Amino acid sequence: MISALFIQALQMSIVVLLAPMLTGLVRLFKARLLRRCGPSPIQPYRDLIRLLRKEAVIAENASWLFRAAPYLIFAATWVAAALIPTFATGLVFSWTADLIAIIALLGSARFFLALAGMDVGTSFGGIGSSREVMIATLAEPSMLLIIFTLALVAGSTQLSSIAAFMTSPQVGLRVSLAIALIALIMVAIAENARIPVDNPATHLELTMVHEAMVLEYSGRHLAMIELAASLKLLLYISLIACLFVPWKLADLGAGPLAYLVGLAAYLAKLAAGGALLALFETATAKMRVFRVPDFLGAALMLGLLAALLRFVSRGL
Amino acid sequence: MTALSVLLSCSAMLLAIAILAVFIARSKQATKFIYSLSFALSAIAFAAAADALATMAAPDAASTLVLPIGLPWLGSHFRLDALSAFFLAVVNFGGMLSSLYALGYGRHEHAPHRVLPFFPAFIAGMNLVTLADDAFTFLMSWEFMSLASWALVIAHHRDTDNRKAGYLYIVMASFGTLTLLLAFGLLAGPDGNYDFASMRAAEHAPLTSGLVLALLLAGTGSKAGLVPLHVWLPRAHPAAPSHVSALMSGVMTKVAVYGFIRVVFDLLGAPAWWFGIVVLAIGGITAVLGILHALMESDLKRLLAYSTIENIGVIFVSLGLALAFKANGMGLAAALALTAALFHVLNHSFFKSLLFFGAGAVLTATGERDTEKLGGLVHRMPATAVVFLVGCVAISALPPFNGFVSEWLAFQAVLQSPALPQWGLKLLVPAVGGLLALAAALAAACFVKVFGVTFLGRPRTVSAERAMEADGFLLSAMSALAFLCLAAGVLPGVVIDALAPVTLSLIGQRMPVQTDIPWLSIVPITEARSSYNGLLVFLFILFSASLTAYLVHRFGSRRIRRAPAWDCGFPISDPATQYTASSFAQPIRRVFGTLIFHARDRVTIPAPGDLRPARFTLEMHDHIWEGLYLPIVGAVGFAAEKLNHLQFLTIRRYLSLVFLTLVLLLLVLALWS
Repeated sequence: MISALFIQALQMSIVVLLAPMLTGLVRLFKARLLRRCGPSPIQPYRDLIRLLRKEAVIAENASWLFRAAPYLIFAATWVAAALIPTFATGLVFSWTADLIAIIALLGSARFFLALAGMDVGTSFGGIGSSREVMIATLAEPSMLLIIFTLALVAGSTQLSSIAAFMTSPQVGLRVSLAIALIALIMVAIAENARIPVDNPATHLELTMVHEAMVLEYSGRHLAMIELAASLKLLLYISLIACLFVPWKLADLGAGPLAYLVGLAAYLAKLAAGGALLALFETATAKMRVFRVPDFLGAALMLGLLAALLRFVSRGL
Repeated sequence: MTALSVLLSCSAMLLAIAILAVFIARSKQATKFIYSLSFALSAIAFAAAADALATMAAPDAASTLVLPIGLPWLGSHFRLDALSAFFLAVVNFGGMLSSLYALGYGRHEHAPHRVLPFFPAFIAGMNLVTLADDAFTFLMSWEFMSLASWALVIAHHRDTDNRKAGYLYIVMASFGTLTLLLAFGLLAGPDGNYDFASMRAAEHAPLTSGLVLALLLAGTGSKAGLVPLHVWLPRAHPAAPSHVSALMSGVMTKVAVYGFIRVVFDLLGAPAWWFGIVVLAIGGITAVLGILHALMESDLKRLLAYSTIENIGVIFVSLGLALAFKANGMGLAAALALTAALFHVLNHSFFKSLLFFGAGAVLTATGERDTEKLGGLVHRMPATAVVFLVGCVAISALPPFNGFVSEWLAFQAVLQSPALPQWGLKLLVPAVGGLLALAAALAAACFVKVFGVTFLGRPRTVSAERAMEADGFLLSAMSALAFLCLAAGVLPGVVIDALAPVTLSLIGQRMPVQTDIPWLSIVPITEARSSYNGLLVFLFILFSASLTAYLVHRFGSRRIRRAPAWDCGFPISDPATQYTASSFAQPIRRVFGTLIFHARDRVTIPAPGDLRPARFTLEMHDHIWEGLYLPIVGAVGFAAEKLNHLQFLTIRRYLSLVFLTLVLLLLVLALWS
C-alpha cells in the first residue's frame, strides 16, 4: 500500500516537474530547426520562478473568479495528468477516473479558463474565449469518438486496462486504431493551441485564441496558467504514448528496476513526442481561425469512421 | 396511513388551497400564507414519496386505491410503485423549493391573484398524473396540469408576447392530449379496459404497439419539448413568473417523461427493437438542435428553456438505449441506460430549477432578462453568482458535479451497444453517442456565454450597475439546489442505488449495488471496464488547488496591484466594447448556424465621405417553424377563409346542406355495414 501510494505521489510530482522541461524542449527543437540557437530547455523553469516572485497586476474590475481560476485550472489539469499512466500502470488511484472523466476534467479546466477570459470585460478576453469554446465544441466530440473506438477495441475505458490490452499480442494491426491515432493527434494539436490551429508564440495578434484569453494575467496567476498549459501538453503526449506505444510500462508491484526502465522509456517517449511536434510545427503554417472547423471536422469524421468500423466488425 | 393516501391527501389539500386562494388572493398576507402552505404540503408529499421509494419491499410492490369519483363504471384508480414514487419525489421536491423561493419572489408580483390560485393547483395536477392508474384519471389530471400551467403562463397577459405564447401553448397542449387520448384508446382495445392493470395484462399487436409509440411520442413529446413539437416551450416557459418557469422546465417536462416511461416500459409489453431507433434518433436531434438554439439566444429565460429541450433530448437518448437493450434481452445494459435516464431526470430538475431561480433573481434585481443588457453582476450579487455558477458547471456536464455522472453513465451504456444484433442500431448508436458528446460540448460553450455575459465583465446598463443581492428566501432555495448538484455529483452511488427499485420493476434487472464499493466509486459493470469516483475527484481538485495556492502565497509573491485593463493604448471605457452574447456565439454560429439556421451576417460599410453609419445585420431562420408550422397555420387560415362563406347563406341553402349531409352520412352507414 505504502509503495503504491509512493508511486502515485511520484507520478504526480513527475508530471508537474517535467511539464516545463517538455515545453522548453519543444521550443529548443523548434529553434534548432529554424537554425536559431534557442533558449536552454530549462528556461521555462526560470520564467515560472520569476513570474511567481513578481507582484500580480489585476484589472480594476476583476472579480474573485479571475483570481481563483488559475488555481482551479491548474488543479484540474494536474489531477487529470496524474491519472494517466506515464511510466507505470495500475496506479493506486487510477480507478478514480476513466478516460472519459479525464477528458471531462480538462473540460472543467477550460470552462474556468474561458470564464476568466470574460471576467475583465475587454474584447481580447471575449474573442479568445469565444474561439476557445468553438474549438472545444468540435474537439470534445472527436475525442469522445476516439475514446469509443479505443474502449471497443480494449473493452474498457480504464486507461490501465487499455494500456495492458495494447501491449498484449491480441492487438495486431487495426485500421480503426490507425484512424483513431490520426484523429487523436489532430485533437491534441487543437487542444494544446499548437500550430496550425493556434500559435503559442504570438501575443498580440487577432488570430490567436489561447493567448488572448490569458492576456490580463500576470505574476503568479500567469505562472499557474502557463504551468497548466505545459501540463496539458505533457498530458496529451503521455496519453498518446500510453495508448499507442505502451512499451516498457511497469506493472503494479514490479520491482524498482522495472520502474526505472519505465521511467527511462517514458522520458524517451516524451522527448520523441516533443521532437515530432516541433518538426510538425515548423513544417506547417498557421491556418485562419475559420479553417479550424474544417480541420477539426476532419478529426470528428475520422473518429466517427473509426468507431463505426469497430461497431461493424471486430476484426478491423 | 399508507404513503399513497398521504400523497392523495396532499394533492387534495393543494387543490383546496387553490380554491381558497381564489378568495383571499387580493389580501396582503395571502402570498406568504399560500406559499407556506404549499411548501409544507409538498414537503410532506416529498417525504412520503422518498420514503416509499427507499422502503420499497419488492420490485413490483405497489399500493393501489380506487376512489368512487370519475367515470361511474370505472372509478378513479391510483397506484404508487417504484417509478411513480421516484417521479413524485422529483415533482414534490421541485414544488417544495419553488414554494420556498416564491416566498421571497412572490412579494414582487404585481398581480398575485393571477398566480396564487393556480400554483398549488399546478403542483396537485402533476402529483395526480404520476399517481393515476387508469387512462381517464391520467388524462384528466394531465389536462388539469396543462390548464393550470397555461393560466400561469398568461398570468402577465398584458404583454402581447405572453398572450401569443399562451395561445401557442394551449394549442400544442390540446394536440398532445388528443394524441394521448388516441394512444390510450388503442391500448384499451375494443373492450374499453381503461385501467392500467388490464392494459398491462393485455397482449398488444405489433401494429398497435407501433401506433401507440408514435402517438405517445407526439403526446408526451409535445409536453416535454421533443423536436419538432418543441416550438411552444421556449415561448411559454419564460412567460410565466420565474418560480413557475422553474417548475415547468424542471418538473413538468419530467412528468411528460414519466408518461412516456409508464406506457412504453410498463403498459406496452415487450418493445420491438426498432422502438429504440426511433427514440434514439429523435433524442439525438432534439439534444443538438435544442442547445444550438440556446446558443443563438440572448434572452436569459428563453435560453434556459431551449437548454431544457437539449436535456430532454439527452434523457430520450438514454431511454432509447434502454429500449434497444430491453428489446434484445440485455437486461444489465438496459438497467444501466435507464438509470442514466432517470439520473438525468433528477439532475435536470436540480440544475434547471436552480438556473431559473437565478434568472428570476437577476430579473428582480435588474428588471432585465436580456443578457445583452446585463454584465458585472458578480460584484453586485456575489452569492447569486456563486450558486448560478454551480448550476452552469453542473448543466455543462463537467466533473465533479452531477450533470457529468448521468452523461458518463449514458456513454457507458453507448459502449455496451456492439453486442446488439441489429445493424440499424449498431450504426446509429455511435453516431448518437457523438451527438450526445457534441450536445455536451455545446452546452459548456452555451453556459460559459450565459455566465460570462450576465455575471462577468462590466455592467452594460444602469439597471445592471444598481442591482441588489437577492433576499434570503431566494438564496436559500438556490443554495439548497446548488448543494444537491454537488452532492449528487460527489456521491452518485447513493442515487444509483435509490433508483434500483425502478429499474428492477421495469426491466427486472438493476445495476450492481454501488454503496458497498470501497471509496464510494461507481462501477457500472466491472472495475476493469470503467469506474468513476466523484468524491475523490472533488477532493483531489480541492486539495491540489489549496495546496498550490498555499505554496504560491507562502514561497512566491502575495502582492496584488490593481490597474486599468490592457487597452492597446487605445482607451475606450465604454462597456459596449465588451463581447456580447451574440458576438460570443458568432464563431459557433458560423460553424453550425449556416447549415442549421441559414444564418447570414451582412456588413454594410458606406463609401468614404458618406455619413451614414455602418450596419451589421444578422439573418437567421428557424426551419421547423417556417417549414412545418407556418404552412399549417396558412392552411388553417385558408380553410377558415373558405368556410367563412357558410355563415352568410340563405335558409334554402342551409336546408339543402343539411339534407346533403344527412344523405351522405346515411350512405356511409350503408356502406359500412
